[in-house]
Amino acid sequence: MKLTTITAAVLLTAGAALAGEVAPKDVAFNGGAIEASLTGAPGDAAAGAKIMTTRSLGNCIACHEVTALKDAPFHGEVGPSLDGTGSRWSEAELRGIVVNAKMTFEGTVMPAFYKVDGFNRAGDGYTGKAAPADFPPILTAQQIEDVVAFLVTLKD
Amino acid sequence: MTKLTSIRTLAALAVAGSIAFGGVAQADENAELVVNGEITLVTKTAAPDHLKDAMDTIYSGWVFRSDETQAMQADDFTNPGILDAEAGVELWNAVDGTEGKSCASCHGAIEEGMKGVRAVYPKWNEAAGEVRTMEMQVNDCRKTRMGAEPYKYVSGQMGRIVSAISMQSRGEPVNVAIDGKAAETWAKGKELYYTRTGILDLSCASCHEENYGNMIRADHLSQGQINGFPVYRLNNAKINQVHDRFKGCVRDTRAETYNPGSPEFIALELYLASRGNGLSVEGVSLRN
Ligand code: HEC
Ligand code: HEC
Ligand code: HEC
Repeated sequence: MKLTTITAAVLLTAGAALAGEVAPKDVAFNGGAIEASLTGAPGDAAAGAKIMTTRSLGNCIACHEVTALKDAPFHGEVGPSLDGTGSRWSEAELRGIVVNAKMTFEGTVMPAFYKVDGFNRAGDGYTGKAAPADFPPILTAQQIEDVVAFLVTLKD
Repeated sequence: MTKLTSIRTLAALAVAGSIAFGGVAQADENAELVVNGEITLVTKTAAPDHLKDAMDTIYSGWVFRSDETQAMQADDFTNPGILDAEAGVELWNAVDGTEGKSCASCHGAIEEGMKGVRAVYPKWNEAAGEVRTMEMQVNDCRKTRMGAEPYKYVSGQMGRIVSAISMQSRGEPVNVAIDGKAAETWAKGKELYYTRTGILDLSCASCHEENYGNMIRADHLSQGQINGFPVYRLNNAKINQVHDRFKGCVRDTRAETYNPGSPEFIALELYLASRGNGLSVEGVSLRN
């Protein structure tokens, strides 16, 4: 099936970090922040917006309201509104929050989107089955950079 | 924006000054649940002592559903789960197994034999030396007393018989024992409740204790109480048993789930039931 192969290919690239990308286990935090782009290149804000509203990817609006994304239905209220977040946090801090929010907010319910170890009963997506040993992070390095590129546009 | 939500997100709103987008119909959280115009069910009450440091008030999941769903549960003619409970009464009266008996052969009419039973389950069984859920007890009677095949733990037949039994406690307060021999299982359930699972790294408490009243996508988060179980869900148009729901919630944290009937889910069920001590058993409730 065509679609399946494409998804499988995407997952594969997520598992093994591309050359030049920082792998999830090699991410260097400075406090809660990550200074350098994970891909070495800037992200694409429009792609980031799409990732944030897509359930199988970022699904960020499940927990956050974002006025700039109000065309997508059902924004949640578990986390704060992201309006103005680009004024509250630097790009490096935002990258750190999306990669692993627990480095910024201790004990937060916000998931870590670029992390592959330290989980209890990691599952294979939403199947309820155990994850394979080398499961990929929720978002790829490129997708993280795309989301960060969008978040920095959310100025007051 | 509803009352509960507005209280819980006041701080966030002061910063954000916005409201949830997307038109989800939300109910009046002070509504009363009176079934068939005659049975008043307790859908909010003071939290049991063991929960006092976490919350003051406990709420049935009914409180968080839309006006339409709430109204459907208030009338047995519009609650489709009632049909499953009626089918369960037929199972109760049907002879099955090598001993040529039905449930009624020993327990009499279900209205008599099962009155108040569901309200105290899961319960410590002295002879077996274990905490038993209603499903386990039903299968034990089928196997050891009727010589009949046990039902699959989560299945149409089990859902129906458990619905029929639950209806005989409708309106009675949940009152499970957590002390004595049940204490160890209860403590294990409590630990599971607060343990994060999956790639999303969330515990039951992340959603149902820290965030009840808040929207998560299109869902209005409840306290995840089980006083309403079995539940007829409009989403999948069937009876959902407690462990079925647990499985779905664990799966949604992107975790490897536990199985229905597993020691983990039995312990979690006892603990969860105890968080609802004081709420009414709803018989068969209705949720989306
Ligand atoms: C399960 C709910 C949940 C999901 C899903 C989620 N977040 Fe969060 N997020 C939170 C919570 C809660 C906070 C507040 C931090 C805290 O104190 O715990 C937060 C905080 C933030 C902040 C800081 C907000 C500010 O301005 O102070 C940003 C930025 C953020 N999240 C971005 C994202 C992005 C981007 C995604 C998707 C890739 C996402 N979140 C997904 C719950 C979530
Ligand atoms: C041969 C007699 C017999 C049959 C048939 C039988 N049971 Fe039982 N059942 C018992 C006995 C004896 C007990 C234990 C009573 C006690 O310990 O309090 C019991 C206990 C129970 C209990 C627990 C009651 C409580 O207060 O904790 C439930 C629920 C139950 N049976 C359901 C069923 C169902 C459903 C069926 C039919 C599928 C069934 N039983 C068939 C004899 C029977
Ligand atoms: C990511 C958030 C999330 C987590 C974590 C979660 N749930 Fe849920 N749960 C939901 C949502 C959404 C619903 C449907 C709306 C509601 O009733 O809250 C729900 C519903 C329920 C219900 C049905 C309540 C009713 O009245 O019908 C129960 C019971 C429940 N959850 C138990 C649990 C248990 C036990 C855990 C931990 C193993 C858990 N949940 C973890 C989101 C979550």
